[in-house]
Amino acid sequence: MSDDTELDDDRAPGEGGGDSADIRGKVLTYVAGFVLAAILTAASFAVVHSGVIYGPGIPVALIALAIAQMGVHLVFFLHVTSGPDNTNNVLALAFGVLIVGLVLIGSIWIMAHLDHNLMPASMPAM
Amino acid sequence: MFGKLTLHSIPWDQPIPLIAAAIVGGALFATLVWTWRAGHIPYLWNEWITSVDHKRIGVMYCLFALVMLVRGFVDAAMMRSQQAIAEGNGGYLPPEHYDQIFSAHGTIMIFFVAMPFMIGIMNFVVPLQLGVRDVAFPTLNNVSFWLTASGALLINVSLVVGEFAKTGWLAYPPLSELRFSPGVGVDYYLWALQISGVGTLLSGVNLVTTILKMRAPGMGYTRMPMFCWTSLASNLLIVAAFPILTATLAMLLLDRYLGFHFFTNDLGGNQMMFVNLIWAWGHPEVYILILPAFGIFSEVVSTFSSKPLFGYRSMIVATMVICILSFMVWLHHFFTMGAGADVNGFFGVTTMIIAVPTGVKVFNWLFTMYGGRIRFHVPMMWAVAFMITFVIGGMTGVLLAVPPADFVLHNSLFLVAHFHNVIIGGVLFGAFAGYNYWFPKAFGFRLDEFWGKTAFWLWVVGFYVAFMPLYVLGLMGMTRRMQHYDVPEWQPWLILAAFGALMIAGGIASQVMQLYVSIKRRKDLADLSGDPWDGRSLEWITTSPPPPFNFAVLPNVKGEEAYWGIKSQARENRELSETPKYEAFSIPRNSPTGFVTAFFTTALGFAAVWHIWWLVILGFLGAWATFVVFAWRDENETEVTAEEARQLDDKRRAAKARMLDIPAEATA
Amino acid sequence: MSADAIAAEQRAQGGDPHKLGRGDTPPSERGPAPKRIVVSYGFWIFLLTDFVMFAGFFAAYAVLAKATAGGPAARDIVELPLVGAETALLLASSFACGMAGIATAAKNRKWFQIAMAATAILGAGFLALEAHEFLTLIAEGHGPQRSAFLSAFFALVGCHGVHVTLGLLWLTTMMAQVQAKGFPDEIVRRIACFSLFWHALDIIWVALFTTVYLLGVAG
Repeated sequence: MSDDTELDDDRAPGEGGGDSADIRGKVLTYVAGFVLAAILTAASFAVVHSGVIYGPGIPVALIALAIAQMGVHLVFFLHVTSGPDNTNNVLALAFGVLIVGLVLIGSIWIMAHLDHNLMPASMPAM
Repeated sequence: MFGKLTLHSIPWDQPIPLIAAAIVGGALFATLVWTWRAGHIPYLWNEWITSVDHKRIGVMYCLFALVMLVRGFVDAAMMRSQQAIAEGNGGYLPPEHYDQIFSAHGTIMIFFVAMPFMIGIMNFVVPLQLGVRDVAFPTLNNVSFWLTASGALLINVSLVVGEFAKTGWLAYPPLSELRFSPGVGVDYYLWALQISGVGTLLSGVNLVTTILKMRAPGMGYTRMPMFCWTSLASNLLIVAAFPILTATLAMLLLDRYLGFHFFTNDLGGNQMMFVNLIWAWGHPEVYILILPAFGIFSEVVSTFSSKPLFGYRSMIVATMVICILSFMVWLHHFFTMGAGADVNGFFGVTTMIIAVPTGVKVFNWLFTMYGGRIRFHVPMMWAVAFMITFVIGGMTGVLLAVPPADFVLHNSLFLVAHFHNVIIGGVLFGAFAGYNYWFPKAFGFRLDEFWGKTAFWLWVVGFYVAFMPLYVLGLMGMTRRMQHYDVPEWQPWLILAAFGALMIAGGIASQVMQLYVSIKRRKDLADLSGDPWDGRSLEWITTSPPPPFNFAVLPNVKGEEAYWGIKSQARENRELSETPKYEAFSIPRNSPTGFVTAFFTTALGFAAVWHIWWLVILGFLGAWATFVVFAWRDENETEVTAEEARQLDDKRRAAKARMLDIPAEATA
Repeated sequence: MSADAIAAEQRAQGGDPHKLGRGDTPPSERGPAPKRIVVSYGFWIFLLTDFVMFAGFFAAYAVLAKATAGGPAARDIVELPLVGAETALLLASSFACGMAGIATAAKNRKWFQIAMAATAILGAGFLALEAHEFLTLIAEGHGPQRSAFLSAFFALVGCHGVHVTLGLLWLTTMMAQVQAKGFPDEIVRRIACFSLFWHALDIIWVALFTTVYLLGVAG
C-alpha cells in the first residue's frame, strides 16, 4: 500500500484524523489540550497547599489529577482515541499500562512486606 | 590514559584461561587468515555481515548461539569435573576461578545461547510463515544481532583481560557492589548485558510490529501458524520485561560508578529491591525462552503427525494466558527472602496456576499425535523427548511453587536440576528440533539423519544421567555453586552427573559431525522441492533456500494452514494454483550500520569497564555518528523487476509440480 | 443472502459506517499495513518499553523514598515554584511540537523550523532549570551519594532529563534533515516518531512531578 493511503479503520499512533487541510481545527485541538493540561497542572499544585482537599485525601486527588492530565495528553496531543481506528494503539497502551501497574504495585506490595520476619524493635535509620 | 588497564590485568599466573585463550584466539586468527586468503571476505561482508535479510540474520543468530553453547558447555564440564573430585579436597579450580566459571556459565547460556537461538529461529521463520518479505525494520534487525554479538565479545574478552564476575549470573548485591567486588568482573557483566539488552529489546519491538502489522493478505489473527502466536507472546514479553532489566542493571551501574546507594549496605540501600526487580525481569525471561520452543513443537508435532494442530484456538488462549500470568509469579524466586505467608501464598498460587495452560498445550500436542500418521524424523524425536522431559521438569517446578517446600529446597541442587530440566528439556530440545526442521529451508539440503539420531540419544540419555542425580543431591541437602564439600555420600552422584556431562559432550560432538557430514553429502540430501517434510505452513511454499524477497507475490491466504490448503487443492485438481500477476517491488538495501555500531559499543563497553573515559566518549560519539550517517542515506531500497520475480517464481512452481507429480505448465 | 452481501447492502444504505458487521475485509486480513503505520506503531511499542523502564525507576523511588539516612527528605529539597516553571516549559514545548507536526502535514518548511526551534528552546529551558536544581542540591551536600532516597531521586528525575537531552539531539538532527531534504516520506515518518517521543516525555513528567515533587511535599 502507498504510504499516503488513508485507512478509515486503522490509524498510526499520533496520527490525527480529519482533513489534512484543516489547519485551524488541528491547532485548536492542541490549544484545547494545552489549556486543559495547564488547568489540571495548576489544580495539582493548588491541591498541595491550599487546604481545599482534606489532608489524607490529597494523594488520591493528586493521582486522579495526574491520570486526567495524562489522558488529556493522550487524546489531544497524541490523538489516541477510543474509536475503532485506534484499537491497536489502545490495546498496546493497555498492555503497557498493565505491565507498569504490575511492576509498581507488585514491587511496592512485596517490598513493604519484607520485614515480616524481622524482630519488632526496628533498627534506627543508619 | 588507559584507566585501570595495565599489563597485570592479564592473568599471567592462571594457566587455564591463558591456554584456553591461546587456543581459541589461535583458531580464530587462523580461520580469519584462511577466509581472507581464500577471497571470501567480500562475500561474507556483502552477503552476511551487512545483510538486512531476516533469513541471513536468523542464521547468524543460530550459528552464534551454537558457538556460544560450546563455550558455555566447557564451563559446565569444568564445574562437573571439579565437583566430581572435590570431596574433602580443593579440587583443581581455586574458588575465585570456580566462582567466575559458574557465573559465566549461567550468563552465557541464558543471554548468549538460549536467547539468540530462539530469536534466530523466530527471525528466520516468522516472516516466511506470515507470507511477507521481511520484518518491519530490517536494518534494525541487523543492528540487534551485532549488539548481541558485541555483548558476547565483551564477556569472552573478560576471560583474558581482567576477570569475570564472581557473583553468579544475576549478580546480587551487596556482593556485586563495589565494596565486595572491587574488580572489573561485575562491570564486564553489566556492560555486556546492557549492550546486548538493547539489541534484544529492539528485536522484540521489531517482531511484535511485524506480527501485528505485517501479514499476507487474508491472514487474520486466527489464521496465523501457532509458531507466530507463540513468537508474538514471547516478543510481547521481551518488550515488557527487558526494560526492567535495563533499569535494574543501570541502578547497579550507578552504585558502582557514581557512588549511588540503591543497593549498598549503608545510607539506606535496599538489596532486596534488586532481587525483587531483577526477578520481575527474570521470570518473564524464562517464558520468553520457552514460548518459541512451544511454538516450534506445535509446528513439528503437527507436520510429523500429518494432522492439523489439535485445539488451535485453545492453544492461542493458553499462550496468551501464559504471557500475562508470567508477570504475576516472580516472587517464587525468593520465597525465602521473608515477605511473609500472605505474599508467598499469593505468588505460590499464581505459580501453580501458570502450570495449567502449559498442561493444555501438552494435551493438545498429544491429541494432535493421536490418530495421526507419525513419522519419526529427528525433529519429531526431539518433540517426544521434550514432552516427557519438560513435564518432569514442570512437575518439580510445581513442587517448588509450594512455599514451605521451597524453604527446604531453595538454592539447592534440586532447584538447579529443575531449571536445567525445563530449559534443556524445553528450550534446547526445541532449538534442536527447530534446527533440524528448518535447516533444509535455510540451506537447501537436509541434515544427516544418522548423526542426528546419534546426537539425540547421546543428548537425551546424557541429560538424564547428568541431571537426575542433582535432584537426589538437592533432596540430600547439597547447596548449589559449591567449589568443594566434605560429605562423602554426595560424591557418587556427582561422579554420575559428570559422566552424564561426558555423554552430552558426545552429543555435541555428534552434532558437529552431523553438520560436517551433511555439508559433504549435500547433493544426496538436497531439498529440491522446498517442502521436504510435507509441511503445512507458508514457509514450505518457497524454494529452499527462498529468494531474498521470499515471495514473488504475497500469497492470498484463505484459511488456517495456508500452504496445506493450496497443496491439497493442487493434489486434488492435478494442477498448480493459478499463476499470479507479477509486479515490480522494492527490497531494503544492506547496511554496515549494525557492524559499525557494534564496533563502537564494544569499544564503549570495554572502555567503561576499565575507566578509560576518553574512549567511552569516543565510543558513544562513534555510535551516534554511525546512526546519523545511516539516517542520511538517500538510497534505501533496490528494485526487483517483475521479470526477475517471474523467472524465479517459474522455477519454484516447476519444482513444486515435480514434487506433486503434476505435469509442468507450459511457459508462455 | 450471505453475510457479506447483507453487510454490503447495509453500507450502501449508509449504515455500519465502521464496518463492525462481518462485511468487507477486516483490517487484520488486508495484508501488510502502510509503512507509516508500521513505523509509528513500532515506535509506539518502543515507547511502551520506555514507560516500563521508568516504572522500574519509579518502583525503586517508591521503595527508597523514606530511606533518607539522616539526610533531607523529599519535602526538604522540593522547590515548588521551580517545578512549576519546569512543568510550564515542558508543556509549552509539547504544544510547540504539536505545531511542528501540523507544519509537517502541510509540508511547510518555514513553520516547521520555527515550531521545532521553539520546542528546542523551551525544552532546553526545562533542562537548564533542572540542571540548576541538581547542581544546587549537590553543592549543598544533598547529592545522590548522600542517601538511597537521593540516589533514587536523582536517578529517576535524571533519567527523564537524559531522555529530554537525547530528544533535543534528535530534534536538531531532524531540523537539519528537513533543511537538507525537505519532507520525503521517510523524514515525515521520523518526525512522527519524534512527536510521539516528545509528547510521551511530557506524560512521564506529569507522573514524575506528581509523585516525586507534589506527593513529596504533601505526603
